[in-house]
Amino acid sequence: MHLDLPLLLGLGLLIGLGMLILYSAGGKSLMFLSQQAMRLGLAASIMIGLAQIPPQSYRTWAPWLYAVGVILLIAVLVLGVIGKGAQRWLNLGLFRFQPSELLKLALPMLLAWYFSDRPLPPKLRQIGLATLFILLPAALVAKQPDLGTAILIAGAGFCVLLLAGISWRLLFGLVVTIIAIAPLSWHFLKEYQRQRVLTFLDPERDPLGSGYHIIQSKIAIGSGGLFGKGWLQGTQSHLNFLPEHATDFIFAVCGEEFGLMGGVVLLSIYAFIIMRCLQIAIRAQDTFSRLLAGSLALSFFLYVFINIGMVSGLLPVVGVPLPLVSYGGTSMVTLMASFGILMSIQTHRRLVAS
Amino acid sequence: MGMKKKITLTNPSQESRRFSRRIWLLGISLLTLILILVLRLAYLQIFRHERYTTLAQKNQLALVPITPSRGLIYDRNGILLAENIPVTSLELIPDKIDDLDVTIEELKKIIDIDEDELEQFNKLLNQRRSFDSIPIKVKLTKEEEAAFYINQYRFPGVTIQAHLIRHYLFGEALSPVLGYVGRINQQELAQVDPGNYRPTDYIGKVGIEKYYEPILHGTAGNEQVEIDASGRAVRTLKRVPAIAGQNLYLTIDSKLQQVAIETLAEKRGAVVAIQPGTGQVLALVSNPSYDSNLFVKGISAKDFKKLRESPEQPLYNRALRGQYPPASTIKPFIALQGLATETVTPEDKIFDPGWFKLPNSTHLYRDWKKIGHGWVNLSDSIIESCDTYFYNLAHEMGITEINTILAKFGFGSKTGIDMGEELGGVLPSPAWKKRYRGAAWYPGDTLITSIGQGFMVTTPLQLANAVATLAMQGKGYKPYLLLKSKPIGAGAIFHQPVPLEPITLPEDDWRLVLKAMQEVIESPKGTGYVRFGAKPGYTVGAKTGTAQVFSIKQNERIASQDILPERLRDHSVFIAFAPVKDPKIALAILVENSTLAPAIARKILDFYLLNNDENNPRDPQ
Repeated sequence: MHLDLPLLLGLGLLIGLGMLILYSAGGKSLMFLSQQAMRLGLAASIMIGLAQIPPQSYRTWAPWLYAVGVILLIAVLVLGVIGKGAQRWLNLGLFRFQPSELLKLALPMLLAWYFSDRPLPPKLRQIGLATLFILLPAALVAKQPDLGTAILIAGAGFCVLLLAGISWRLLFGLVVTIIAIAPLSWHFLKEYQRQRVLTFLDPERDPLGSGYHIIQSKIAIGSGGLFGKGWLQGTQSHLNFLPEHATDFIFAVCGEEFGLMGGVVLLSIYAFIIMRCLQIAIRAQDTFSRLLAGSLALSFFLYVFINIGMVSGLLPVVGVPLPLVSYGGTSMVTLMASFGILMSIQTHRRLVAS
Repeated sequence: MGMKKKITLTNPSQESRRFSRRIWLLGISLLTLILILVLRLAYLQIFRHERYTTLAQKNQLALVPITPSRGLIYDRNGILLAENIPVTSLELIPDKIDDLDVTIEELKKIIDIDEDELEQFNKLLNQRRSFDSIPIKVKLTKEEEAAFYINQYRFPGVTIQAHLIRHYLFGEALSPVLGYVGRINQQELAQVDPGNYRPTDYIGKVGIEKYYEPILHGTAGNEQVEIDASGRAVRTLKRVPAIAGQNLYLTIDSKLQQVAIETLAEKRGAVVAIQPGTGQVLALVSNPSYDSNLFVKGISAKDFKKLRESPEQPLYNRALRGQYPPASTIKPFIALQGLATETVTPEDKIFDPGWFKLPNSTHLYRDWKKIGHGWVNLSDSIIESCDTYFYNLAHEMGITEINTILAKFGFGSKTGIDMGEELGGVLPSPAWKKRYRGAAWYPGDTLITSIGQGFMVTTPLQLANAVATLAMQGKGYKPYLLLKSKPIGAGAIFHQPVPLEPITLPEDDWRLVLKAMQEVIESPKGTGYVRFGAKPGYTVGAKTGTAQVFSIKQNERIASQDILPERLRDHSVFIAFAPVKDPKIALAILVENSTLAPAIARKILDFYLLNNDENNPRDPQ
């Protein structure tokens, strides 16, 4: 079996703690918990399956996966069914599939493939082309509109650029350009997205409207204190004050019931997993594997940072779940798939070496 | 680390070193960012802890959902069929109760809670969150309410809540149309917006209640309230009112529906009546039936089992899902194609000795009349229901022509009625038989199909709609149940009839066949003359049918049905439309193991066409 024990250990701890939090957040509903467990089981078997495939195969598939993903994204925009007021799904009869999830893996794969047989650091022309590769799916996803996922996709893409050795001057230029463009993008945001940004800047502006989420989650976390109110003892989430407390805002339940200590433990587990992924990237022997592993590690980090940043009021509210803890979410499958690929990179390396 | 433009060759070791450096840098940045998160949490949870604790304790905001009131359902004349009545229910919030079992035991001492209610409660307990309010007994009496209020201090976490629940005014008579609502389950919750349904609890499960759920339900509102530490609302800060569901007016004439079900009495069967020229369904009856009200509170497993396993099959909607041989009622349709293809002329006669024989075969296809009908033409064959004439016509015309005309009248495919539960029947063809029976089509199959037996089956709804199209000389409509819907505070939305592809046949052919159907009732030779009864006071076109359930020898009929056990006796089928010119009603009746369909039709038509002088006109438009 091609599996990585340190990663398995980290994921196991995370999922265990996640289930404890979810049990409380879901109002002690066993049905809730078993549905989550079933989903996790499915995602884990996909992870194990993907870990058995050598990285060379991923390299061969990369351009095709990307092309299919972009075509599906366009298809979603054209004929997607309405899900929660936004077009993200492709109805395949038996289940609904989100092409944007596929892109989270396919984009870093494509860029890693693109740079793998070219001399590094990349030339300006190559960087320009790679930026187009990144912006095309990110724009399509943002149009759905799913800002959170668009940020995650673009973040994973730019991470590959960074690791490929793009010069600091150029990186600085790109960042400045993006910051300069950001105010312009105000015109392209949907009304509710603008609300979120305004609310982020001043939550008290509309405490019963769009500021409600942030205020309530800060009360929940802040009232938890150093050691928390104890498992199942949270009042904010249990009295229904805290909206979406089992999905995107589940960290508030953790903060309320387990306090700062719980938060530090959870973040330590995340940090452990991320560091192990980076270690896998350093040890990888070919450019493709390195770039891909590094990018997947950063994507995972982005989930954690954006979610906890949002729930604790550091960042605006964007729909990003807390990875492997939030209830449901198609992102769980994608995340576990990326760990499968990381395990494949780590374990097949040994075979090549020996 | 600046990019050196002159290097064009790949330098693996340099590349690898640069990569490692950047990974290290990335790792350190990520750890720093995680540290920022920790600092943020520390700020909230240590430095601001007291402030947030105060906020959590005294200034709690809660979002209290407001249930929308479900749309009412009326019949075409504005008679109320489904309403919402206020009831009080005893509810428990598990989170606020120390020992659930003890509490329930104590409650039982003052309020009667039976096994079914406990079972229902335990089921909900597993599905709901522990801070939800879960009903244990619905519809409390005034005495029970009083008994609880006196003892309320002993039961923290137990409350009495007022709700509106669905009530069906006509119980069994309308259940085949209305269906019922019941408590929403997990699968259903996954298909709707849970925020909109959380406060409602109920969802349409069957029938109109299910089909028109999206417009009946309405939109939940909410109230943002400030509450004190004990969870009591102190004041309302913001209110988004609920939007009530739309009221529906059905095409059903509830009085006609009741007459039909009363006339069927103990008999198993179905009646479908349609207004030709619009496709409005006036009655859709399946008997025996069930009381929709049983399901609203949540039916007990025992009661449900009783309904499900009853040999009378009350849960089976015969009008939409019952698939029966149409028997001889199919003959007028086939006769039309015989004329249209010029396979026969109105004058052509055949001699019926009581049987038909295919060339080069010795097998006898028998007529229901053993001694035969003698010389018959097309009209006679409909009036007397002569099987031999149709064996001969079918043999000459072939199965393809039979299929063509029957498909045009909608046999073999769903009508598309706005109910969603119907079955499509079977219009057999050589291709159908090969696919589903894995056998070749024999000439004999064609003959049997021409008298509506063999593989051919149809639902009463399909048959009624075909009769409506026939009565209108080919100008058919899609049958529908929703006459108009009325959103709160807005004008009614009328639902327009949807014409079907018209069936164009020579005018003379229509007139001949419709006249023959009138003779079925008026001519002393007609098969309906005695059984429908004479001189109805209006003109009526009809056709009788006897669907074989059991035969002792293939293709042979039994002299006396009375010697058979009831369940093996033939079904009685009857189609009719009236008045013949400008028809107002078309119907199909099927009565299982009986001969009574024509007599039942007479009572229904008499009521519909002769009771018009009451204060209650049958059709106000």
